[in-house]
Amino acid sequence: MSLPDTPWDQGALALDLLAVDPAGLGGIIVRARSGPVRDTLLDGLTHLAQPLNRIHPALADETLFGGLDLSATLASGQIVHEQGLLNRPGTLVLTMAERCPPSLAARLSGALDTGRCLVALDEGCDEDEGAPAALVERCAFRVDLTDTAISTRPASGTRPAEISAARTRLSKISVPPDLLAQLATATVQLGIDSARAAQFALRAARALAALSGKTEVDVDILAQACAMTMAHRATVLPTEDNATEDPPPNEPDQDQDQPQQSGDETVSLPDELLIEAIRALLPADLLARIAGRSARLGKGSGTGAARKGNRRGRPLPARAGRLGNGARIDIVATLRSAAPWQRIRAASAPQQDRLHIRPADIRLKRFEEKSDRLLIFAVDASGSAAVARLAEAKGAVELLLAQAYARRDHVCLISFRGTGAELLLAPTRSLVQTKRRLAGLPGGGGTPLAAGLKAAYEQVAQARRRGLTPTIAILTDGRANIGLDGLPDRAKAAQDAITIAAHLRAAGADTIVIDTGNRPEPALRDLAATLGGTYLPLPRADAKRLSQAVSAALDA
Amino acid sequence: MTNPFPFSAIVGQDEMKTAMILTAIDPGIGGVLVFGDRGTGKSTAVRALAALLPPIKVVKGCPVNSETAAQVPGWANLTSHKTAMVPTPVVDLPLGVTEDRVTGALDIEKALTKGEKAFQAGLLARANRGYLYIDEVNLLEDHIVDLLLDVAQSGENVVEREGLSIRHPARFVLVGSGNPEEGELRPQLLDRFGLSVEVASPKDIDTRVEVIRRRDAFENDNSAFMLRWQAEDAAIRERILTARKGIKSLKAPEQTLRDVAELCLALGSDGLRGELTLLKAARAFAAWREDTAIGRDHIRAVAAMSLRHRLRRDPLDEAGSGARVSRVVQDVLA
Repeated sequence: MSLPDTPWDQGALALDLLAVDPAGLGGIIVRARSGPVRDTLLDGLTHLAQPLNRIHPALADETLFGGLDLSATLASGQIVHEQGLLNRPGTLVLTMAERCPPSLAARLSGALDTGRCLVALDEGCDEDEGAPAALVERCAFRVDLTDTAISTRPASGTRPAEISAARTRLSKISVPPDLLAQLATATVQLGIDSARAAQFALRAARALAALSGKTEVDVDILAQACAMTMAHRATVLPTEDNATEDPPPNEPDQDQDQPQQSGDETVSLPDELLIEAIRALLPADLLARIAGRSARLGKGSGTGAARKGNRRGRPLPARAGRLGNGARIDIVATLRSAAPWQRIRAASAPQQDRLHIRPADIRLKRFEEKSDRLLIFAVDASGSAAVARLAEAKGAVELLLAQAYARRDHVCLISFRGTGAELLLAPTRSLVQTKRRLAGLPGGGGTPLAAGLKAAYEQVAQARRRGLTPTIAILTDGRANIGLDGLPDRAKAAQDAITIAAHLRAAGADTIVIDTGNRPEPALRDLAATLGGTYLPLPRADAKRLSQAVSAALDA
Repeated sequence: MTNPFPFSAIVGQDEMKTAMILTAIDPGIGGVLVFGDRGTGKSTAVRALAALLPPIKVVKGCPVNSETAAQVPGWANLTSHKTAMVPTPVVDLPLGVTEDRVTGALDIEKALTKGEKAFQAGLLARANRGYLYIDEVNLLEDHIVDLLLDVAQSGENVVEREGLSIRHPARFVLVGSGNPEEGELRPQLLDRFGLSVEVASPKDIDTRVEVIRRRDAFENDNSAFMLRWQAEDAAIRERILTARKGIKSLKAPEQTLRDVAELCLALGSDGLRGELTLLKAARAFAAWREDTAIGRDHIRAVAAMSLRHRLRRDPLDEAGSGARVSRVVQDVLA
């Protein structure tokens, strides 16, 4: 048995397995743009033999958990409840999963933990967009159909009968005990910490065995199941040479809490067998994917500009709207808007002697809320002073983060050197994450100031999409000598920097330019003027002074 | 799945399990914070906790789980005051929950359809005398955190809104879990948790194999598995009940008080809550071990979980606060 070659076949197989064991496997993340490719794959969902409920990220709680049906209640004068999707059996299909807010992800995680099955359609196009980590963690499979063409569509037929047969066989599939030890080794070698990965691999292997008509899971099947459930979770590639690994684990003597396994006749296989088989099945470009994934955060991006702000903050006048999604009703305003109509409504419905309130009268409370701030550090990592400057910038970032909670600040760090800029730390408020990411920083090379500003500009745009207020701190000694195209040309480099600076100013972010050179640099003063920001010469700045200067300048 | 994974069947994670048992023995310790990566058994442990706790006596239908008829609040409008034994409530507080759901609010259904001004109790009422569990507590919205801080401190929920003026008891053990990489927790909320534990995936193969094995048995041979481990859970429950009785007779000798104070002074923990929690945790731990006096062993065992989240954060310290606590414990209790 081998893993299907195309992502398409893998996706179809994953859906089949999901149909065999929907509760145990949790679900599948399908990363693909909306289109015929995705639709064709999702046709396979009909095998699930459960109703499909499509949901979207802006779903109100009432729809999910049930609640008061306001229109029906007002119309009938009696309390009418609507039934929530989670109270009915069925598979949830979440569209636009990349925009799923953490609150919905948390609720869906809870549902998945109790045996609900989820198909999350992730339509993200950038690397930093993706389904929430909490959901990816709880779904067994992930398929990526981004680069799949409709013409490669597989000809394989559907087989509902086989799936229902497999479903009945599922409980009788046995797993040789020594495979469990190999599975544990495999998770370690792939650098997977979560215990859910092994659990999913085992259940997928059972489903796979049931589907192929076997009564026992063997190495090949388990390897295939591992490749399907673990490739997207791996953080390191299994090493070719196992000599450095731990000695093969002894089979622990724990069988007393174990049902009778088929036991004795299974031959003990060498540990490498499973990991060899998995390695053969893993996609060739896994390493590149692992590297590309590191920057992704488990947040929905593009969740709209400002926060809705209907829960706290400075009160604003009430406004007409629909209840739900946590909105709070303003009773007084609702009554006031209903009052002028009472006589007319009473005349049209004389049998009711109560207040006549229609859904259109409902007024909601609104509040204005200050959004969080994002501090973007763009640090010049070029030349000889780079290492020291970067170290101080890192210190300043950590000091700012240590007090960030009270100030509602997020921090992100960009370094520019050589021929381009690099996002070292994606916007975060987590000190722990910052420490891990900033452990070792490379320095040296030319000064591509324009590239650094451009990277900062991209962060500004993203921050605005997330409803954050961005501010930029640029640390440099100012002699830009690499243009946007990565070629050394002093005049063009300066020109590019000024052009991008004008764009940044138009984007409307507060800026502070910190000159760390020994002598103040007139070019940087000009840059600050173009940016409409503050210029601050600060030779030999250390982490503490830097963070103080930034806080002071930004609060002014 | 009807039954949650049994508490006693969780492999390893001893610090987390001990912390939860200690709060079951003495709810006054004030909650557990569990921080760690995904898939390390955080949610599993909390969901298993309910099965471990002894049942409590409540007035049937009382929204705040009152023990006697006299404690039932007037707004509950209960007609009968029969009591019943029910499991200790473990209430989930989901992310993105609204303020109304947490504190309770005007019952809109009744207001709009019957024109009555009635109070609809919230999650805080339901969690009274039980546990309040917040998954991903570090992602909780600030205004909900503010509410919780206030109630966790006073043990009373005060609702002054929409023409309602209601107060009811809300004494609960706060259990939070989260992944520190996704966001920090506000120091004020951190301080409200009595104990804080850090969990990580087991690093050795044997333990991992055991995790897979038990989970597999749980899913594929549920009845036999539950039979075996529910007996273990029952044994723990008995020990908790014994410890609850034993804790009342445990006196803290002068030397213990001195040790506790010296330890907190040396660590520079803010406020006096550190000392109090450390003492309570040590006493609960002694009761759990069925010892007759609190000694240095008990303090040593619970020092890290009682104090690690109360230290001033030093962003330039790489080792983490757990290591700092154990260093100081070694020095002070040498």
